[in-house]
Amino acid sequence: MDPVFLLIFVFVIASLLGFELINKVPPTLHTPLMSGSNAISGITVVGAIICAESGEGWVAQGLAFLAIVLATINVVGGYMVTDRMLASFKKKEK
Amino acid sequence: MPYLYLLATFLFVFGIKKLTSVKTCRQGNRISEIAMLLAIVATLLIFSNLNIGLILAGVVVGGAIGALIAKKTPTTQMPEMVAALNGFGGLSSALVAIAFLLIDETLKDPAKTLWDTGAVNAISTPATIVIGMVTLTGSFVAYFKLSGKKLVHPLAGSNRHLAHAALGLAAVALGYWQIVSGSHAQMSVATALLALLAAGLGALLVLPIGGADMPVVVSLLNSYSGVAGAAAGFVINSPLLVVVGALVGTSGLILTQIMCKAMNRSLGNVLLGGMGEETVAKDAKDYKSIKSAQPEEVAMLLDGATSVVFVPGYGLAVAQAQHVVRELADLLQKRGAMVRYAIHPVAGRMPGHMNVLLAESDVPYEQLWEMERINGDFKNTDVVIVVGANDVVNPTARENSGPIAGMPILDVDQARTVVVIKRSLAPGYAGIKNPLFEAENTLMVFLDAKEALEGIVKEVKELK
Repeated sequence: MDPVFLLIFVFVIASLLGFELINKVPPTLHTPLMSGSNAISGITVVGAIICAESGEGWVAQGLAFLAIVLATINVVGGYMVTDRMLASFKKKEK
Repeated sequence: MPYLYLLATFLFVFGIKKLTSVKTCRQGNRISEIAMLLAIVATLLIFSNLNIGLILAGVVVGGAIGALIAKKTPTTQMPEMVAALNGFGGLSSALVAIAFLLIDETLKDPAKTLWDTGAVNAISTPATIVIGMVTLTGSFVAYFKLSGKKLVHPLAGSNRHLAHAALGLAAVALGYWQIVSGSHAQMSVATALLALLAAGLGALLVLPIGGADMPVVVSLLNSYSGVAGAAAGFVINSPLLVVVGALVGTSGLILTQIMCKAMNRSLGNVLLGGMGEETVAKDAKDYKSIKSAQPEEVAMLLDGATSVVFVPGYGLAVAQAQHVVRELADLLQKRGAMVRYAIHPVAGRMPGHMNVLLAESDVPYEQLWEMERINGDFKNTDVVIVVGANDVVNPTARENSGPIAGMPILDVDQARTVVVIKRSLAPGYAGIKNPLFEAENTLMVFLDAKEALEGIVKEVKELK
């Protein structure tokens, strides 16, 4: 079987899973969920790292570097801000 | 080692699931953080030919900037920040697709075209670039709109839709050229043009959408950045990116749908609507009988009240008044009144904005009432205090026409007395007049939310 078909296959299944995963979210969590999944979309950092192969030309390396920086901003900023919001929810549970 | 990817994917799914419940959300975020770390470490272990120095430098620089942004941003500017971060993610995916053109083994042969790398990979490249760039510029237009900048689309009416359609077709043509172009020089030109065109299209698509609809737009763009990540996964053949990107893409879509439902509008209507452009009410002269009040009059009113409902809006966030509102609420509760907060699903500038803000000042969860739950109760409420909200309490939404027609609102006008704290009579984001302000039972307090509430707290303390 063509490996590309497998990719399409997991894409479809993962999409269905995404729909199922989030059916009932209390409004309180809309913002943290948004910023949390925003951080997760920084998974593209993995792609950026793979592009940073040694021995490539400076244009490719430069693009990869920029992609890593941007994706890391997305990941770190997204997680930290989500955590900050959730921390304020946590306090009052005590 | 590839099994680490499987473990990371599993943890991402688990983390997102936990994020949907109040009890486990913090844990969920932690789990997804660990998943991300695992994914990065696994990548460094699996691929041997990596330029580690470059990667480390990128992670350190990006991490420092991200941490700085997250630490420095006040709660009030969260919506803007989420939009900006989202834009960075989109651009990153587009750059991955572009960089991969330069390092792909098949393309090292100058005679080969992008198509020779395989149909799915080939089509994914322009798709990633377009979605990534649209996410970038769309997010930044949303960012500026959320920061209160007035940005206007250069075209109006059907010309606008025609222009967008033309740009969309041009993107398809450029993408096709990128895939089949005979020489690599041509492919580079096509790639650059495609990226620029998609950037323009992203900005133009978001420009006509009104500020009040930004929560929907931000969550939709969030979904796009996930799809861009999945598309980048097809380019570089990474099942991890495909799965996680698809998860974010569809879960973002669900969140968008929830937002649309809260405003009783379809997604198409939001995207094509261009609401927020009409400005009907410009200033006070559109209103006839305004009764204005000072904090001490409000305090007198609250003296006899047994049931008080606060309706927070964006003005509360701007004035950083979430702590004072809590102080007043506590005070009234001690005096024996029942105090609640009525939370409209799209109050503020981002889904759940008010919940985040009030949580920051430790407002008890039980006091936050959702719209459907509290709407029937306004007729038994003595005093409603609207703090910096406007469109979500505008009774014109019940009429058949107008920019916010059909949007569910908080029926505050049914309360015995409505106190509206608002700096001026300026219209809200939807840009329309609010008849609530001139209603028989409405008192206007023309002050900054924090100033007004501090005044009321002081007066209530002196009541006894």
